[in-house]
Amino acid sequence: MSIRERMSGNEAVSYAIKQINPDVMAAFPITPSTEIPQMVSTFIANGEMDTEFIPVESEHSSMSAALGASAAGARALTATSSCGLAYMWEILYVAASDRLPIVLALVNRALTGPININCDHSDSMGARDSGWIQIYAENNQEAYDNFIQSFRIAEHPDVKLPFMACQDGFITSHAVENIELLETEVVRNFVGEYNPENYLLNSEMPMAVGPYANSPFYMESKYNQRMAMKNAKKVILDVAKEFEAISGRSYGFFEKYKLDDADVAIVIIGSAAGTSKEAVDKLREQGIKAGVLKIRVFRPFPGEEIAEALKNVKYAAILDRAESFSAYGGPLGSEIKSALYDAKSDCTAINYFYGIGGRDYTVEAAEGVFEELIDIMNGNKEIEQFKYIGLRK
Amino acid sequence: MAFNFKEVMSKPERLAPGHRMCAGCGGTITVRTVLRALKPEDKAVIGNATGCLEVSSFMYPYTAWEDSYIHNAFENAGSTLSGVETAYYALKKKGKIKDNYKFITFGGDGGTYDIGLQSLSGAMERNHDLVYVCYDNGAYMNTGIQRSSATPMYADTTTTPVGKNSVGKMQNRKDLASIIANHDIPYVGQSTLIGTMKDLYEKAERAIYTPGAAFLNVMSPCPRGWRYETADIMKICKLAVETCYWPLFEVIEGRWILNYEPKKKLPIEDFLRPQGRFKHLFKPENEELLVKYQEEVDRRWEELLYKCAR
Repeated sequence: MSIRERMSGNEAVSYAIKQINPDVMAAFPITPSTEIPQMVSTFIANGEMDTEFIPVESEHSSMSAALGASAAGARALTATSSCGLAYMWEILYVAASDRLPIVLALVNRALTGPININCDHSDSMGARDSGWIQIYAENNQEAYDNFIQSFRIAEHPDVKLPFMACQDGFITSHAVENIELLETEVVRNFVGEYNPENYLLNSEMPMAVGPYANSPFYMESKYNQRMAMKNAKKVILDVAKEFEAISGRSYGFFEKYKLDDADVAIVIIGSAAGTSKEAVDKLREQGIKAGVLKIRVFRPFPGEEIAEALKNVKYAAILDRAESFSAYGGPLGSEIKSALYDAKSDCTAINYFYGIGGRDYTVEAAEGVFEELIDIMNGNKEIEQFKYIGLRK
Repeated sequence: MAFNFKEVMSKPERLAPGHRMCAGCGGTITVRTVLRALKPEDKAVIGNATGCLEVSSFMYPYTAWEDSYIHNAFENAGSTLSGVETAYYALKKKGKIKDNYKFITFGGDGGTYDIGLQSLSGAMERNHDLVYVCYDNGAYMNTGIQRSSATPMYADTTTTPVGKNSVGKMQNRKDLASIIANHDIPYVGQSTLIGTMKDLYEKAERAIYTPGAAFLNVMSPCPRGWRYETADIMKICKLAVETCYWPLFEVIEGRWILNYEPKKKLPIEDFLRPQGRFKHLFKPENEELLVKYQEEVDRRWEELLYKCAR
């Protein structure tokens, strides 16, 4: 029996944490993720869960303490946003290299400066090469569902990688929506006990973590991380299937929205997918074959599957909510173009930037993108790469 | 229990031989002495900040540590062990762990006084039941003898080189033991390698078996960085104590206790002279610097006596 509720994204993730009842959480407040450690602390204070909470003095220490706890054999997590993630940077790499299944509830926010508390993806996109799994939510329901699946994926013996469960700051984290929650017993049975093979507190077999490894071994350790990330693809789909069995909600690497017969499409991550779908519905009413490809899994990057999903699309707008300052493409644009090239795809990809630092992305803006794609398709407009949507003139 | 040298020294080694620390390294002696203070039946998890000790003791695929060991990064040994210690309570509470564990982390002065100070301060303030041991050799030795905030005044280091316009490091040494004592934690001890190691051994035992956070600051000479004859390490440590450059004290529940007061305080020159890093101080034109040095040592010693209500 599912429970119908109304919750913000932060409430949904905090509720998922309470249901999972992990061993250790270390966190430091930063807008817009602050509510998560606050709510978890309150659940603990009221005896609703028995996770040990470490109120650390910085995000650097929250990741470091989560790493120590995870290596010790505990199911460990943290939450942060923006500069908090940036401050953890070095330890993100250590966590991935130590193959520790730490889960991080990331509430996406623009990376400073100028300082800005609103949503974009510059925080997590900057960490895209740190060796973490990254899964993004469109709405509160997905933020909850992704979090419930997180430990299962991260802790899988074929994976053993840290996991970033991302949702859009304020847009999903603070907006209250209807949500269907699972019963706690169902969640606990689904997530299961964490019994790692090797851990520091195993008195039968002491373990050393975090070696100095020079050229004779370093490259192999990176290759193993690569293989684990590759393995994660199957595990993500398997776990999604099991999750569907308990929830009725199905998940994959991405969601195709009216995409199969689409001539033009927007490829996008996170809450703005909803806005883009709204535009698709409007255009479909006018007989225009528009669609959306919403990317859920960005690490591992499902390049072949994305190219396959776009194979019938003539023109695709890849919308990036983060700059990479290459003076060329954004992270999503560059990687999807590369996947289309490898697949010898006939789909032409045009990379846009939108929503940077919380700039509004409206249904009208999405319609504008589709109109441009149609004009290009009809030969009425030249392709213009790397446009900023809604930029003040 | 009274200190029995023979008994203590015959305890099994928890840092196995075969590691790659330099011959005569003070840090290694500190580590072995501290680990001897563990009851043999107690398990331990050892933490370590990046530094000489880490890169020389856990070079993949070999480890010299008999106990479980974790190195995370340079600046976060305090918070890393906070996480390990908290995991212990979480798992113990759930009945997943039966054994008794103790938590000890080692960092050099770079990882402790400087880049790791925030992480250390957080771990101490939260009063995790762990011991942080600083093996203080007064410079970033692992990267090649650069100055740290633990480097003594006028020392010749590779970033405070003595030259035509320089007499070495211009600033005083940071008093870290005081800073940590002011966190109001249950136990702080300052020690070095003296005689039978009784002082360090007993402080380590107290630190490990006092519930809550404990900090040990252990002067651990580095023959390469200090440039003295390697075999003279025990003499150097003794001179540091007899000149009152490195006093032995404890702070137990906020109470300052002086452990040793020399009958006749030796002049600071006696400690400085055998060390190549202070060679320039003995040139006739630098006589004034030695006077200043003595004044600084005296000022700190008086301050300590005052704290210890002597």
